[in-house]
This record gives sequence, structure tokens and C-alpha cells, in this order.
Amino acid sequence: MTATAISPTPTTTRAQAAPNAWPRFAIRRGGQFLVSIAILITVAFLMLQMIPGDPARQSLSPTASPDQVAERTQELGLDQPLATQYLAFWKGLLTGDPGQSISLRMPVEDVIASRLPATVELALLTVLVVLAIAIPVGLLAAALTKGGRRRGLELTFNSASGLIASAPEFLIGVGLVYLFAVNVPWMPVAGRSGPASYVLPVAALSIGAIAALSRIVRAEAMDVLSSDFMRTAAGKRMPVLRKYLRHALPNLMTSTMTNAGLFLGSLIAGTVLVESIFAWPGLGMTLVQSIRAKDFPLAQALVVVYGAIVLMINLAVDVLLAVLDPRSTIKDS
Amino acid sequence: MSAAGMTGRWRSALLTPTGLAALAGMAVLLFLVVLGPVIWGDISTTTNPAALSQKPSATHPFGTDAGGRDVFARTMTAARLSVLMALAASAMGVLGGALLGALPSVLPRPLGRAILAGVNFALAFPGLLITVVLSVVFGQGVLGAVFAIGLAILPAYARLTSTLAASVGGRDFVAAARVLGVSRAGMLLRHIMPNIAAPLIVNASVTAGGALTAFAGLSYLGLGVQQPEFDWGRMLNEGLLKIFVNPATALAPGIAVVVSGIIFTMVGETIARATGVTRTFSDKLPRLRPREISAVLTIEDNNAVLQVRGLQIAAPGRSRWAELVRGVSFDVGRGELVGLVGESGSGKSMTCMAVAQLADHPLHVSAQSIRFDGQEIYRGTAPAGSRRAVSRLLGTRLAMVFQDPMSSLNPSLRVGGQVAEPGFLHGGLSRRAAWHKAVRLLGQVQIADPERRAKQHPHELSGGMRQRAMIAMGLMGNPALIIADEPTTALDVTVQREVLTVLHRVHRETGSAVLMISHDMAVITGFCTRVMVMYRGRIVEDISTEDLVAGNARHPYTRALLAAVPTLETERSVPMPTIADGEDFDTDLRFDLEHRFAARRQSTADKDAIEREGAHA
Repeated sequence: MTATAISPTPTTTRAQAAPNAWPRFAIRRGGQFLVSIAILITVAFLMLQMIPGDPARQSLSPTASPDQVAERTQELGLDQPLATQYLAFWKGLLTGDPGQSISLRMPVEDVIASRLPATVELALLTVLVVLAIAIPVGLLAAALTKGGRRRGLELTFNSASGLIASAPEFLIGVGLVYLFAVNVPWMPVAGRSGPASYVLPVAALSIGAIAALSRIVRAEAMDVLSSDFMRTAAGKRMPVLRKYLRHALPNLMTSTMTNAGLFLGSLIAGTVLVESIFAWPGLGMTLVQSIRAKDFPLAQALVVVYGAIVLMINLAVDVLLAVLDPRSTIKDS
Repeated sequence: MSAAGMTGRWRSALLTPTGLAALAGMAVLLFLVVLGPVIWGDISTTTNPAALSQKPSATHPFGTDAGGRDVFARTMTAARLSVLMALAASAMGVLGGALLGALPSVLPRPLGRAILAGVNFALAFPGLLITVVLSVVFGQGVLGAVFAIGLAILPAYARLTSTLAASVGGRDFVAAARVLGVSRAGMLLRHIMPNIAAPLIVNASVTAGGALTAFAGLSYLGLGVQQPEFDWGRMLNEGLLKIFVNPATALAPGIAVVVSGIIFTMVGETIARATGVTRTFSDKLPRLRPREISAVLTIEDNNAVLQVRGLQIAAPGRSRWAELVRGVSFDVGRGELVGLVGESGSGKSMTCMAVAQLADHPLHVSAQSIRFDGQEIYRGTAPAGSRRAVSRLLGTRLAMVFQDPMSSLNPSLRVGGQVAEPGFLHGGLSRRAAWHKAVRLLGQVQIADPERRAKQHPHELSGGMRQRAMIAMGLMGNPALIIADEPTTALDVTVQREVLTVLHRVHRETGSAVLMISHDMAVITGFCTRVMVMYRGRIVEDISTEDLVAGNARHPYTRALLAAVPTLETERSVPMPTIADGEDFDTDLRFDLEHRFAARRQSTADKDAIEREGAHA
């Protein structure tokens, strides 16, 4: 069942959350979160184990001596029994000391602490930009094309937004670099220094998401605009702006926020590529560098951090949804 | 579906601009995959120290790269690897995902659930993240990249398949097969798979396009194809490093990725059209003009609150306009209780929506004239007079009560605020004053504890309460007419009575007229003093309730309608009379206006008597 509360059938009533629904929701959803985190950590641990061949040797140059390999094996803990390694991995993560980065020669937690803020900033700024543009655009598109009017505009909007939405962030990023590095050098195309350096990375991340979200907003808005209560609102002959902002918009927010949350998840992944394009000193660029350098302890920890961020976003979206629309808390029970 | 119909659909899907472009694009890609390395292979790997990083020229249309190799030749050569990797990974993800997604419908339930739980867990993470993690495991290189991206596609496809399979599994023909004892595996192969194949194929094509860009991304990051091999992503990586020297080195592979991605999408769209996953509409309809009516009627009866003349409503059909209301004329007197009955689709609701100017696009409304409360509000094909004045008039003097109280109130706003709105929109009240009036009106329509109810949201009220709140909303203005469109249909019988009682009280206390639409003869004859019967977009009967009940209806349709209403004396052993689906009544047997308006005047005279009856019915 979708999040919107409009149902054309008179038999559907808005069920109200039972009094004990909240604790049950908290236990169920919280438990799910913890289990997911545990699986995530296990997968990150197994990642190293599943590498064909000897990870210790791979992390060294091909000319490394057997002594160096033995030393690296010990450093990575690969000489220990599997269970011991697994427990040590957990312990390292839980105590905030997941080990030493091979390539950067510094503690992994320090690397994360110094790189995390840049990524979080980028992601949050992008979400704000996406919401601020996609919601008005989607609503406007719906208002202009509802009931099958302006077919030409509808077609244009659908194909343009579809095309942009399906273009991956990294191609948009490459295009922006191409445009701004070569043709109109207004904006810095690399690094993180000053407000102007945010423009292109945020644009690369948000353009596709704006197109995708505004499509969703438009589709949801079409449903809302054709609902009975919007006919009631039309019957009151109110100013257009009031009709759309006061009567239609609140009914869009639940589904929009849900989708925005889901986009936030994939946007976090998008930072991996976009950071690499714009030399943005965040977690994503570090993750790519660590994989290329076979810096396994750092890569493992970053996978856990990225995965945990995504899981936390999903959790936050569900909680937000439960607050906005209490019925969703009981839908699974 | 017949084979001929199938080929016809394919032909018409291919003969669109998208279809032709998809076909041409596929041909180009196929050509490059097969012959690209054969034609350009040697040139693409020939280094030329004399021509490093050159700008585009006649010999090198996109210049040369850092090794002096021709960028255009490299782009053409890289097509084979780029496209084949995308296809291989898609095949892996699509086939694996389809298998995994279909398994839950044949495996024992716990096992199926475990698979779905695993799929859902994987889906919680963005595909790109999964790809990066897998590339750690599989290492960098062509094979590792194919596995990483193929496995990252898998969960999404598994979920799509299981969702589609579950939706088909719930349909009647599958249930029928189950009853016939078809095994679960047989069910999957014979009944489910054929029905979900089309959307799966369409998505496979889109997936291939996505895989292509995913490879470009992975190779761009340096986690995919490694030197000396090269695909478009690898070339982008190298090109971007040299972007200030020769931007064309990044441009050529970039264009290649974008164009191929679009080709895959267009192929998907064409398949979708051909297999009927998406439908195509023709929207070329003839321009509709209001039917010219020679003599414009002069309306002399100023005692009427609503006067409708020659109202026509049409809706666009597949190839031509469908006439829903074909020239309807009627009056509603001040304070009169009029019923409008007819089967669904007869145009009764449409008529009222047009009167209230709520008939939305794409409906086409035309009328000789509609007068409301002494003012012309519609003429020809557009509202008459100033928009603002008409809005104000309709906003204050016309109240609407709709069929479904569950959906007619805005679920996100407080009931009191919604009821109060007309007060400060048109009534010149402050928000506070409007709220107080709303609370008072909620009490007036028999809602207990109106103070508390006003602060609640619609879902906290019962259906009957919501319908009465709708009536209260109408009373915020000073309605001369209440249009009630099946106000009781969605309610159970006891609540119906409450609502009708409130409506009747409002009519008595404010003197407003009521135009009630219903298909329920009992409700209409109990409430109204005059009844109009609509049939196929025309009013075929206009009669006082007294005459109707006495059996004086003239039109055979009205008589059939009445005969279909059971009473306590109905003989239960005889089958109920019904109106058959195909049964035709002559719509030309119409009343001329003179006759109808004479009848109406007479009925108003008897109004009081009938009204007393109505209150007790």
C-alpha cells in the first residue's frame, strides 16, 4: 500500500495505529536494523576472506620478499584462526579502533574522522537542493498537465526528466567537468575550497535525482489532484496557490519524503564516483583509493561505514514515515 | 492473441520514430561489436611518439591520446568490449535474478521466504556500493567487473520477478489452474512465466543500458578494465586526466556511453510498445464546437434559483468525442427539493459538475445558458461574466455534498479548518471568526462535541459525521442551492437517515433548494417533491413525486425503473423485474420545455403536502 491516504473506494477507512503499535514498531524495526548491521559487518569481514589467492601478497608489490609477506599476513591477522579474526574484527569496530591503514600509514578511525565531514556535507547539501527544486517542479508539472491537458508538455517533461534521471551521476559529473574546465571556467572543477567548489559536485549529484524525484512528485500529485477532496477544494473557489500549497502539498509529503530518503541512499553511493571526479576529499574517494591500493583494513572499515550510513537512512525514513503516517507502523504486523 | 495481431503490433511499434531509431542504433552497435576491432583494432593500439595528445584534426577527428593513439579508432574498438561486458553482466543478473525471484513460488515456503529476505537485505544497499564491494573480492579486470556488476544487478531483478509473479499468482486463471491440480513448477512455467515475460524483457533492455554506464563508472574509477585493455570507461578515465590538453579524448568515449545507453532505452521502449506493456493513445480528436441551437430561449421564470438551457458535455474517446450529456434543460425553483435519478453513466453527476463548473479537462462543456441565483454564469463554452464574480457567487451561494465522505475531505487538514475555509475565503470573516462559526455549524449538523471534532482530522470521524461536516462546510456561505451528489450511497442505512434529516432541516431553516442526485428511488421519492429522470444523457421524465408514486410516469424507462424497486408487497416467488444491459429505450420521447415547466409549477404548489410526507418516509 502506498503512503498516500487517498482511496477511491468507500470501503477503505484510515486505520488508526493501535495503542501498542509504537513499541512493537520500535522493536521490530530496531531489531531489523541491528540484524542488518550484523550481516553487513560479517559481509565486510568475509570480503577479505573471499579474495582468491593471498590478500597479504596482493597488498604488497610483486617483488616483496617472503619475510615481508609473512609480516603483512601477521599485520592483517590472517595467521589467526577464522573465529579469532572474526571476533577481533567486531572488537575493532565496536571499540572504534579498526586497525591501521596500510597505504596511508595512519589509524583507520583517523582517516574516517577526517574524511567523513566532507561526504556528509556534500550529501546533505544535495538533498536540500533536490527537495527545494524537485517538489515545486513536480507539482507545477502535475498542475499543468492534469487530466490529460497539454499533452505536448507532458511528453516533453516525461522524456526530458526520464533521460536525465537515467543518466548516471558520474556521466553528468564528467559532462560538467568538460563544460566548466574547458569552455566556461567559472567554477573550480576539483578540490574542496570555498563555497564555489561545492557547486559542481552538488550539481552532478542532484541533477539526476531532481529529474527522478520530480517525476515521482508529478505522478503522486496527479493522483492527489484528481482526488475527491481536491474537487471539494475546487468547489470552495480558492486562489490557485492556496489550492496547491495548502490542500495538495501536505498529501504529497509522505510519499515524497519516502522517495527522497531512498534517493539519499543511492546518492550516498553516488558520492563514491562524484568525489573521484571532482577530487573531493571525502569517504568515497578514499574508498576507491583504498581498493586500488589493496589497503584492505581501510576498505573493510569504509564498506561498514558506507553500509551503516545507508541502513541508518533507511531506518530514519521508516521512522519519519511512521510519524507522518501512523498507519504505516502497523502495515507489516 | 493472433499471430497477425502480434506482427501488426511489432510493425506499428517499429514504425515509430523511437522504433526506427532503436533499430538503427542496434544495427550500429552490432556492426561495431562484430567489426569494430577488425577495422580499427590495429590503428587503435598503434602508438605514435610524434603525435602525442594532439587536438582534433583531419587525420584524427578526436585527436590522439597520451600515447599518440587515435581516439576515434580507440572509441570504435572499445565498443566490442564495452557492449559485450554490459550484455554479459546483464544476462547474468537478469537470468540469475529471474531464477531467484521465481524460486519462492515453487520452493517450500520457509525456503522461499529466506530467499526473499536475502534479496531484500541486498536491495537495502545501492547497487554501486555492492559493485564496489564485489570488485574488492573479484579483483580488478574484465571478468571481475562482469561478476561484480552482474551480481549487483541480480537482487533488483529477483525482486521485480517475484513481485510480478506474485501479482500474476493472485489472478483468477492461476487460481483456476491451482484448483485443477497443476503442480507449482508447472504453474510457474506454463501460467506465470509467460505472463510476466514481457515486462521482464523490457526491463532487461533497460538493465543492459544501466550496466553499460555502470561499467563505464567502474572502469573510470580504475576498478574495472585494466591496461592494456580498454573500454569506454577506461578511456574516460584517461581522457579526463588530459582534459585541459585535449578535451576530445574525454568527449568521444563520453558520447559513446551516452548514445549506447539511449539506444538500449529506446529498444526497451519499443519492445514495451510491441508487447503492450505500455499503451499508445492517439490524441488527435476533431475540434468540438457547441451544437448551434437556432432559437436562444428567453428565460422568464425569475423565481428559479438554477436555470440550465441546452447543456451538452462530451468526453474524448479513443477516436472521437463521446457525448455524455446531450442537450439538457431544466429549472430548480427557490427552496425546491428536486431529485435527479438515472443509472450510472446516464450523465446526472456530470450535469451537476458542469453546473458547479467543476467539470475538469478533458470534458468539454457547452450550454446555451446557465443562470444561477439570478446571474448568468455560463454561456457557450465558457463561464460568463468576470471570473472573480462567478467564483464568489458559486463559492458562497452554491454548496456541494459529494458521494464519498471518506475521500471528499482532505486527509491532511483539520476538519474545522476545512469547514471554516469558505468563511474567510469569501465570507469576509477573520480566521478566528470563521473557526468559531465552523464549530457552531458542526454543532448545528448534529455533531456532538463540535469543539473537539473540529480539531480532529477526517479519519478520526465516522462516515456519517464526515458527510454532515461536508454539509456544514456548505453552510459557511449562505447557500441558495445545495447540490447533493449521491450523498447517502456510501453510507449504511441508519446513517443515511441521519444525513437526510440534517439536509432536510437545513433546507427548512435556510430555505435553500436541494438538487439531489441518486439512483435510489426510495431516497428520492422520500426526499424530493419533483423528480427528473435522466437516461443516456437526456432528461426523459420530469414529474412531481406525487404523480410518480401514483404511477403517472409517461416514459417507459421511468416505469421500468420504478418496477425494479421492490416493496413489501413484492411477490418473492417471481423474479425481480430488471433493466437488461442491452435494453433500449427511445430517448427521443422528450418533453418539450413548455410542458415540463408547466408540470413543475404545479408540483411546487403541492410542495408542502409532499414535504410533510417526505419527512416521515
